[in-house]
Amino acid sequence: MIGDLLNATVLIGIASSGIQLATPYLYASIGEMFGQRSGVLNLGVEGMMLMGAFTAFYTVHNTGSLVLGVLAALMIGALMGLAMAVISVTLQAEQGISGIGIYLFGLGMSDLLFQKSFSQIVTVRGFPTIRIPLLSEIPVIGEVFFEHNLLVYVAFALVPLAWFVLNKTTLGLKIRAVGQNPQAADTMGISVARVRYFTVTLGGMLASMAGASLSIALLNVFQQNMTAGQGFIAVALVYFGSWRPGGVLIGALLFSTVNALQLWVRTKGIDIPAEYASMAPYLLTILALVFASKRVDQPAALSKPFERGD
Amino acid sequence: MSKKHLPLFVVVMLVVALAVPVAQAQDGEPFRVAVVMPSTVNDLAFSQSMYDALAAIQEERGEENFEFVYSENMFIVDDAATALRDYASEGYDLVIAHGSQYGASLAELAPDFPDTAFAWGTDINTYTDEGITNIFAYEARSEEGGFVQGVMGAMLSESGVIGIVGPIEAGDAKLYVDGYKAGVLYTNPDAEVIVNYIQSFSDLALAAAAAEAMLESDADVLTGTAQMVPGAIGQAQEVGALWFGTQSSQTSLAPEIVVANQVYDWTVVLEPIFENMANGVMGGEAYALTLENGGLVIDFNPDLELPEEVMAAAEEAIDAIVSGELVLVVDETGAGITVEEGEPMAEATEEAE
Amino acid sequence: MDLSSFRNPRLYRLIDPLLPLFATLAALLVGAVMLLLMNANPITAYRALYEGAFGSKNAVADTLIKATPLLLVGIGICISFRGGVINVGGEGQMIVGGLAATALALELPETTSPALALLLCLAASFAAGAIWGGIAGALKAYFKVNEILSTIMLNQIAIYWMIYLLNNTLIDPLKAQQASRIPETARLPRQFDLPRIGEWLDTLYKWLGLVGPDDKLWATTLLHLGIVLAVILAIAVYIFLWRTTIGYRIRAVGKNPRASRYAGIRVKRYVVLSLLLSGGLAGLAGGIQVMGVRHRMSAEGGGIAFTGNAGFNGIVAALFGQLHPIGTIPASVLFGALLVGGNKLQRDVQVPSALITVLIGLVIIFVVSSELWRRRRARRRVIVTEAGPPDRPPESQAMEAGR
Repeated sequence: MIGDLLNATVLIGIASSGIQLATPYLYASIGEMFGQRSGVLNLGVEGMMLMGAFTAFYTVHNTGSLVLGVLAALMIGALMGLAMAVISVTLQAEQGISGIGIYLFGLGMSDLLFQKSFSQIVTVRGFPTIRIPLLSEIPVIGEVFFEHNLLVYVAFALVPLAWFVLNKTTLGLKIRAVGQNPQAADTMGISVARVRYFTVTLGGMLASMAGASLSIALLNVFQQNMTAGQGFIAVALVYFGSWRPGGVLIGALLFSTVNALQLWVRTKGIDIPAEYASMAPYLLTILALVFASKRVDQPAALSKPFERGD
Repeated sequence: MSKKHLPLFVVVMLVVALAVPVAQAQDGEPFRVAVVMPSTVNDLAFSQSMYDALAAIQEERGEENFEFVYSENMFIVDDAATALRDYASEGYDLVIAHGSQYGASLAELAPDFPDTAFAWGTDINTYTDEGITNIFAYEARSEEGGFVQGVMGAMLSESGVIGIVGPIEAGDAKLYVDGYKAGVLYTNPDAEVIVNYIQSFSDLALAAAAAEAMLESDADVLTGTAQMVPGAIGQAQEVGALWFGTQSSQTSLAPEIVVANQVYDWTVVLEPIFENMANGVMGGEAYALTLENGGLVIDFNPDLELPEEVMAAAEEAIDAIVSGELVLVVDETGAGITVEEGEPMAEATEEAE
Repeated sequence: MDLSSFRNPRLYRLIDPLLPLFATLAALLVGAVMLLLMNANPITAYRALYEGAFGSKNAVADTLIKATPLLLVGIGICISFRGGVINVGGEGQMIVGGLAATALALELPETTSPALALLLCLAASFAAGAIWGGIAGALKAYFKVNEILSTIMLNQIAIYWMIYLLNNTLIDPLKAQQASRIPETARLPRQFDLPRIGEWLDTLYKWLGLVGPDDKLWATTLLHLGIVLAVILAIAVYIFLWRTTIGYRIRAVGKNPRASRYAGIRVKRYVVLSLLLSGGLAGLAGGIQVMGVRHRMSAEGGGIAFTGNAGFNGIVAALFGQLHPIGTIPASVLFGALLVGGNKLQRDVQVPSALITVLIGLVIIFVVSSELWRRRRARRRVIVTEAGPPDRPPESQAMEAGR
């Protein structure tokens, strides 16, 4: 039975499917990671994803332009992020609960706008699959890694980019300083508020892109609550990745590949209860953390609002 | 009356309705129906099919004779129970609980409102054995349409591999999936049917991945049920695999691959309920959407030309089920549906050539 | 600087608790604009909202029934947040609590006396929730697995487990024979019903002379014992957190784990304990939903159909109540009222339910943002009186301590 899984088609299928499923998590988790690194916990990722998914879908449907779709998603994401920043940075609201508010707002608003703009479910022509010349010719590896849509490649390119920004630039230094010790950063002349506004807005844009990667690339359709809790998983993956782009990448790939694997297990007719198979990615994510040896403490100022002393 | 005053009028009406709990439909007053449903009225599936039926009846009878209101997204059962009780106390003539999860709550409140008729589905229990007289029950025999579509799917598949994406293995989805599977195996016993219940009603990405796995396992005909299927349809579309829809028409999503849809027409159960109520019967009857009574319709995609023998086989299967020549027997252990040759009724059609 | 707050602290002490109310009104004002855009009359709409929540005895009962799980989850959240852990696992804990109560009720002999039956089932639901929360606690304390991650994952695991059990082990034998095989249990035997308290209330009202001897006021409503239990437990949690050594240590660990460690408190143990108790209360909420409202468990509609999202909404209620168990009581009622009234608004005005979701999101955002003013004033009071206000979220206190 298990032998059924050990052939090239299946393994390629699992790996390639895992990469596709990981894409929205990568966008959303890396965005969330920037926010958390600067000390802001945003539980509203799911709502931002839905708004991004709708906006991108709506724009592409009406203009036919994928570029405009992406731009619109980035813009609405920036707006949602900005709103979260106003609430959590300027108004110093409790971050977890503001996130729940943002989530509900996005969940309802994307559905409402969808109902007002479309009378039935329709599809759009989204990002096509791009076979990278030469590379996609490589057996196995080509099929797994080099036959995806553009937004998948961009998501994976984000990982080294995020690492570079975080560790090799002044901006990254500022972000880490603000998240670790805002008081000290403040005395050094870094504007805590400005840095956090930047990271939370960036997080909103990336969360929104996560939604767009579903609605105008992977699925090419919008439906109410289509993200089905992925935004919350994305938050969890930031903890999994210990606030590092590489760790987030491993987490997203692990979760998604196990998810793809359990779908394949059932496709091949291996008889385990579907409910238990569906548990696997969630269970393994926890177990992987238990057995991983290295662990890092969270940013010291995470979820703590900052106010300068008088 | 101008539209501007309508909200005020509605409020006044409601207040009056509250003051006079026993508001029987009298001459000149519209027949008032309230429906509580688990998802939204535009879900392209279970909830929308009921909304569309009520809208069609309203269209036919006129707004002055037939009013209906809805309470949507009532997936939380206690909220649905509150809504049902509220509607009953506001004097609606018929209150519909459109979800099998609402039955228990309904049975508890129905005796408190003897002048209101209730209907619920999908189930067959009218609670008459608990002494309740004002509950109608309705169900959809979606395994029938599933069977017919399965017959077609088996004939259209070149690889002999067919994939089905489902949400959780229960209720309407299970009936359809079991019926479809039975139809495939009845036509081609050697066919391989891959069934994957992905345990989610809303995760489109997971549905897409499940479909992809099926397609890469050589499936060339897919079907699926519940709200997350657009994810699977997209994958089928990409490689040109064929798709069968259910609950409502999905042709608009992918006109080039959708072969047919099993569409629900709830007017078929609503009309007899209204008729009963007009005669003073407030419950105790159970109804079903079937191929025979036209409640289940196989809606073919006009843009997709099918081989003649496939069309003939579909019609033959429909006739056989309608006439009782084929009986879909439900396995009591929940294992699925088997097909038995039944006693054809007198007017049954001749065995096709 | 605005000095009026020092001159008249009493006035503000009066206004501060009402701040969430003002913020709610502000959010509803924004909602009114949206209603107008949807061609709905906001006045009609909000009247429906009020009537749905408080307009009749049934409405009041519905609001209180809705508030019950919010309150139970909410006071659990008070414990965990005070203990420095964020429990977003209320959904999963409610589900395992409900499953435990259901499974036990189906197993116990029919002859079990009602009092014992209820007690055992409530205890089972608490224990199950406590285990589910305790797992997250142990993972955090001994394996450094962040509790936000583990509770989010455990929520989903609980949902799949519920579907499995209801589809196999616990399914009503009658349903198992039907083709549709709805994954739900049979109705639980009547002795597992939480008593309805309407008649007791009416007796009380009669004794007070509020109603006539033959009047039925609350007796016809569905109000059950749960709300009474929840309020008693809220008071108990308050006493526990502020009047017992264990409670003091939980708060100490939450405020400053390092200092607590130096003071000889076994920090890990208290982290586990906070999540254990928090989970237990959520589990109890699940058990009470089964025994007071649903009288069965069903997987139809997924986890949320059972929990009603109370696992998350309870967090909102607790924070509206300033993470104080007593403050969480009115906060739960108000939030419950909003949820119940929102549904009535959708019914009466026939706007899409999505609008209600947006509205509730706005209320949360406005209320949580309004906290700033209260906190600022509280901080000024600190400067003036040099004594910390008694009940503030641990984050802000910890932050000040660090300064």
